[in-house]
Amino acid sequence: MTADFLLSRYPYILIAVLFGIGLYGMTVKRNLMKKVIGMTIFQTSIYLFFIQGATKQGATIPVRVPEMGTSPELYINPLPQVIVLTAIVVGVAITGVALSLILVLHRRYGTLDEVELLRRMRESA
Amino acid sequence: MSQIPALIPTSLLLASLVALLVGLKSHRAAHLIALAGAVFAFVCSILGLQAVIQGDGEAIRYAMGAWVPPIGIEFVLDSLAAYMVTLITFIGVMVLIYAPRSLALETPGRQGMVYPSMTLVLAGLVGMCLTGDVFNLYVFLEIAALAAYALLAIGDRGAPVATLRYLLFGAVGGGFYLLGVAYLYFAAGTVNMADLSMRLPELMESRAVIVAAVLMVVGLGVKMALFPFHLWLPDVYTNAPSVSAGLIAPIMTKVSAYAIIRLFLDVFPPGFFTESLPIATTIGWVSAAGILFGSVLAVAQHDYRRMLAYSSVGQLGYIGLGIGLANPLGMIGGLLHILNHALMKGLLFMIGGAVRLRFGTTKIPEYVGVGRAMPWTMVAFTVGVLAMVGIPPTAGFFSKWYLLLGAADAGAWIWFAVIIASSLLSAIYFFRVVEMIYRDPETDSAVADHEPREAGEAPASMFWPITIMATAVMAVGIFNVLIVSALLERVVAPLGG
Repeated sequence: MTADFLLSRYPYILIAVLFGIGLYGMTVKRNLMKKVIGMTIFQTSIYLFFIQGATKQGATIPVRVPEMGTSPELYINPLPQVIVLTAIVVGVAITGVALSLILVLHRRYGTLDEVELLRRMRESA
Repeated sequence: MSQIPALIPTSLLLASLVALLVGLKSHRAAHLIALAGAVFAFVCSILGLQAVIQGDGEAIRYAMGAWVPPIGIEFVLDSLAAYMVTLITFIGVMVLIYAPRSLALETPGRQGMVYPSMTLVLAGLVGMCLTGDVFNLYVFLEIAALAAYALLAIGDRGAPVATLRYLLFGAVGGGFYLLGVAYLYFAAGTVNMADLSMRLPELMESRAVIVAAVLMVVGLGVKMALFPFHLWLPDVYTNAPSVSAGLIAPIMTKVSAYAIIRLFLDVFPPGFFTESLPIATTIGWVSAAGILFGSVLAVAQHDYRRMLAYSSVGQLGYIGLGIGLANPLGMIGGLLHILNHALMKGLLFMIGGAVRLRFGTTKIPEYVGVGRAMPWTMVAFTVGVLAMVGIPPTAGFFSKWYLLLGAADAGAWIWFAVIIASSLLSAIYFFRVVEMIYRDPETDSAVADHEPREAGEAPASMFWPITIMATAVMAVGIFNVLIVSALLERVVAPLGG
């Protein structure tokens, strides 16, 4: 019973684990670089969820082949893929901005420890 | 006319692209292009607003790339979108006129990159308001957020720390929203808002739809800085340049609030946020907590910008309270407060920048004598303060009035008391500043003496936007009945009554 459940749902369980790891990294870690790594893991788990939810066993790419007919069971729905592709682009942009901010911070303060950075920021304000 | 929903965001996107290229050579040319784009978008918004009012709230729809929805993405200009878009582009034009002198002081040598980011923020925000597609909304949300990170990070020395924290919060918020979109898509098979509103009534019991609603509201709540997700906000506004704060504080968080209202009124079936799930009530309670928390902490601040930031946490609560009341009067109050607070907070941040230009300080105890040096700017400041406290006939009074009526209607007496209490608190923290401003530096020996950097009023490019914003605060107060009857009553029609 448990084995069946695991076998049929294991991608979702793995995605949930990734989601948890990502959120853990973003909230618990003090180093900002590790937080950004957590952020990318978090985002990746959402992309995977979208893709996993849209998979179909035995279906092919969404290009209509006349011999195969037009049954929707035979073709993969392209919309989730397109959405995830767009979301990945957004995610890359966010990561890029985050990394450039980290670069500025490291040059300016020489540390990436969040608590230390917050302390210094509030002192200078 | 039918092109307007597409023209507004694309003109801003185009202006942003051209301003970026031109900005490498000359920041003055970049400023003119950004301003031209924003003015064009504002004129389009006014025309669209007029068309929507004349058409009795009939939405103007535009199918992007001629792909018919629900296959393609459609842009919809209805009463609510026209209201929001006009507000966003108005604030955009005002801040762009105001920007050059303030930026020359606060971010010397980097202005060329600021103008494209500003138009990009505006493009993202109007896109969020116009799109008729829940996933497209996510994309515009992140466009606006990414440009905002750039605008905020160029501020004072500590700005990148605050901005990176904002970015991490924003990524969680965006991620939750996107996950909600995934659940919604798997449950209903579409991401088009009009299509969703047709299909969701059959799926009200579906667990996937319930999970989707919760995830989307939590995600947007983080973006909106709804208590207790406001942690990023005070540091960000404190360290940002006056121009960025003047652009982002008034409209950015409000547009996320708008997105929650849009989901509530037009996407999910009527009653879903109130009866099937206590989402509205939860938003109401956390907002009430946020109102008190923000107002109390604002009293304790010495930095003008930080005080405004905590005040924003409180004021956003009013909008949340409007959602929480979930009756027509309360929702009108919340929607009206989006407009009022945008005008008031934009005005106050702009004045902060003008004082910084002349006096070189943002600390409230050093504001002594500002009233004598900049009399007209301080008249505008007083208008802003009266509106924040909620004294008639300024705009701030009427949104609180509708909220109070809504709270009385719903029998929510605790929320009623919260609104009154926070008005008193905001009187305390704002009149403290007013007192400093009108103190006489010569007879008052208790204060450290300091000379203004340049005597006199703010330069004309800053003075006139401030004056227009102050006039708008008064005008919106006086003409609020027109706004409510022409636009907002149609928007809240799904709530009944």
